[in-house]
Amino acid sequence: MTIDMSQFYQVFFDEADELLAEMEKLLLALDVSAPDSEDLNAIFRAAHSIKGGAATFAFTDITEVTHMLESLLDRIRKGEMALTPEHVDAFLVAKDVLTMQMDGHHHGSSVDQAAVDNVCQRLKALSQGAMADAPVAAPAPAVATAPEPVATPVVDVDGNCRFRIELPEVPQKDVDALATELGLLGTIEQEALDDKRAVFILTTGESQDNIVAICSFVLDPDDLKITYHAAPTAASADAVPGTPAEDPGYGIFEPENSPATAPQVSTPAADAAAVPAGEVKNYGRRATDKEGASQESSSIRVSVEKVDQLINLVGELVITQAMIEQRIAALDPLHHERLLNSAGQLARNTRDLQEAVMSIRMMPMDYVFSRFPRMVRDLAAKLGKKVEFVTRGAATELDKGLIERIVDPLTHLVRNSVDHGIEMPDKRKVSGKTEAGKLVLSAAHQGGNIVIEVSDDGGGLNRDRILAKAKSQGLPVSDTMPDADVWQLIFAPGFSTAEVVTDVSGRGVGMDVVKRNITAMGGTVDIRSIPGTGTTIAISLPLTLAILDGMSVKVGEEIYILPLGYVIESLQPAAVDVKEVAGQGKVVKVREEYLPLIPLYQIFAIDPRFEDPSQGIIVILESDGKKAALLVDSLVGQQQVVVKNLESNFRKVAGISGATILGDGGVSLILDVSALLRSSRQLNADPVFF
Amino acid sequence: MSYTTQTQTSMEAAGESAGNEFLAFTLGREEYGIDILRVQEIRGYEPVTRIANAPDFIKGVVNLRGTIVPVVDMRIKFDLGTPTYDQFTVVIILNIGGRVVGMVVDSVSDVTTLTPEQIKPAPEIGTTFDTDYLIGLGTLDERMLILVDIDKLMSSAEMGLIEKLAA
Repeated sequence: MTIDMSQFYQVFFDEADELLAEMEKLLLALDVSAPDSEDLNAIFRAAHSIKGGAATFAFTDITEVTHMLESLLDRIRKGEMALTPEHVDAFLVAKDVLTMQMDGHHHGSSVDQAAVDNVCQRLKALSQGAMADAPVAAPAPAVATAPEPVATPVVDVDGNCRFRIELPEVPQKDVDALATELGLLGTIEQEALDDKRAVFILTTGESQDNIVAICSFVLDPDDLKITYHAAPTAASADAVPGTPAEDPGYGIFEPENSPATAPQVSTPAADAAAVPAGEVKNYGRRATDKEGASQESSSIRVSVEKVDQLINLVGELVITQAMIEQRIAALDPLHHERLLNSAGQLARNTRDLQEAVMSIRMMPMDYVFSRFPRMVRDLAAKLGKKVEFVTRGAATELDKGLIERIVDPLTHLVRNSVDHGIEMPDKRKVSGKTEAGKLVLSAAHQGGNIVIEVSDDGGGLNRDRILAKAKSQGLPVSDTMPDADVWQLIFAPGFSTAEVVTDVSGRGVGMDVVKRNITAMGGTVDIRSIPGTGTTIAISLPLTLAILDGMSVKVGEEIYILPLGYVIESLQPAAVDVKEVAGQGKVVKVREEYLPLIPLYQIFAIDPRFEDPSQGIIVILESDGKKAALLVDSLVGQQQVVVKNLESNFRKVAGISGATILGDGGVSLILDVSALLRSSRQLNADPVFF
Repeated sequence: MSYTTQTQTSMEAAGESAGNEFLAFTLGREEYGIDILRVQEIRGYEPVTRIANAPDFIKGVVNLRGTIVPVVDMRIKFDLGTPTYDQFTVVIILNIGGRVVGMVVDSVSDVTTLTPEQIKPAPEIGTTFDTDYLIGLGTLDERMLILVDIDKLMSSAEMGLIEKLAA
């Protein structure tokens, strides 16, 4: 099975960019002598999330670096190691390397493998506490050792820097190739030095690191001389070539402690360089990175509130439009032909607008689900387990905002299930299960919520171990706690009962993040677990906004909406097909099948037009494999409706999953079909609710 | 949870500040007052969508600019006056701790400022409302306003508008 993963890459890159930026911000703000543990945790979580995402997409190089980073951070945040400025430096370098790797995957730009190795070694050395022995400014290429280029890059109005790149002696074809490559970064001018060596003047928003990374394909970065080129004024242009390079690399720019070099690079534009390097880089990229530009402009990230506001406004517009339509329907078509035409056009435009706006937010769960089969497969192979992965309800539409935010928690849960939930094949065999564990990922509208479940048939949670662990961590627990409370303990920060910390899971951040993310979305996480039988983790998210294909039905004077997904067919039964069952209710015979009859008028105490099923219409509904026939007076039509939460201002109403606003501005209630069907089993003359 | 705290603080504020403004409305022949700060707007009565199996006084829900808002009829709830619905019927839209509720009353008269001296404690008997939900009786010349603690009333289990928060 092949899955086109590329559709998700953009999301990962966007997220990772944000996380990296956040990480850098936190690192820079970190007080080394007294680090805030919340900040350390946040940095750790950022690294962890990137690792998770990278692993999902099989970017092993990124996973490697983040894992290393995470290990070190973990020791620091647990207080096993004191934070030193070296650590912060190493983290920043690691962040730069990650950015580079990310760009490598994203735009196909080159990655300096030596720098990657170096940063890994450095992180490893640090986490082993052997910092003193590891020569920081080792023979390694400069990418790693260069502290962030705080220096004074010459920044022009577009946020671009001018670099002067002096090449060593290389064949002409390499020079040309390099010129083409670098030309992609910005505008390039080529000059020749007296000794036949080539010099490029590159105006780009890219960082020096990226330039070195590109050059390192054809030549040894150590032989490269890169200087910030002055603005093209005659005087400063002269000054630059003479820049003394004590370091063979390009570590020349540390003007903060070498004031002597500063005047040489400072130019009229130097003041603008007070902007921190990171900002310049981002700013510049947008302006000049042609490769990236087309991709980045293909999507924009807009705050959810703005979209919500838009949707509400369009909703208002639709209602206003419906009102206009109603008013002008009374007008004489002969006298008001043009007005009526315009109104017709308004109606069409409004409808298109509404559809377009709605589609901004809704996405099928498939968007999330389809990224898991590969991950599960790889994970299972890595762990030597057999896993059968099943997804259900992938067509359930969910708000985009929620979809994006559900990815991380789900990734954690699926990983946890594969890693800790499902047992090794031989162990499964011993306990009489199939060798292959079953992992089910499902999504469904349930009541006013969307419920997403990750369910495995593994070993279940171990109550004793969780309690023991909780006690050792000093959490307030007692042996008599109900199971549900015990399960909730695994959401405590730093809580993991896994014996081994692997790069898959076991550090105990996962569940903490899961809970945090879901609570932030206004949802809840429930755990059901039976030892030896399996664990189900159910995420229940409120239906802040979801569109439903609905069928409107009429009973008496009232209109209700049935979610179309549950509707199989509707028909008018013949009187002979309706049978009474022991005074407990009626059944309808449809295609050789007896279905319980649910008279809606009875449940909702409505005065119907028809009490006799053979005069009204029955709608056959199916939910959770159970079928029933709902008796209504008539069908009104089919339409897409926006589900509104009834509970935001009111309370939950039995049998009703939400409400929607009809074209005329009135409110119609959406039936909770699964609740109706559940009740149909005990249906009799008594009201089923209450 | 946040809802409860908000209610409490607003009550404290109502008790402390001198010279509160109250919106006066009538139910039958009695005149009532509620804290004007809880009033979002005043509207005419529009047809509601009935909610099945809900108590009589909960008329149903209406669409208030895209929000689904429950409407309660105080006249039915407290058995005051005749619940008629015509163009003079008034719905006071309340915003209590972020929740929006519509309240049907007979009519709305005016907004009055009452100083703490003008507010007398409510007697134990004599009103339809449980004294728990009363701030006191406001006297204004010949008029007497029954001042209702609308926050407490609307969030009470008796109204059944809000599900009991799980502990």
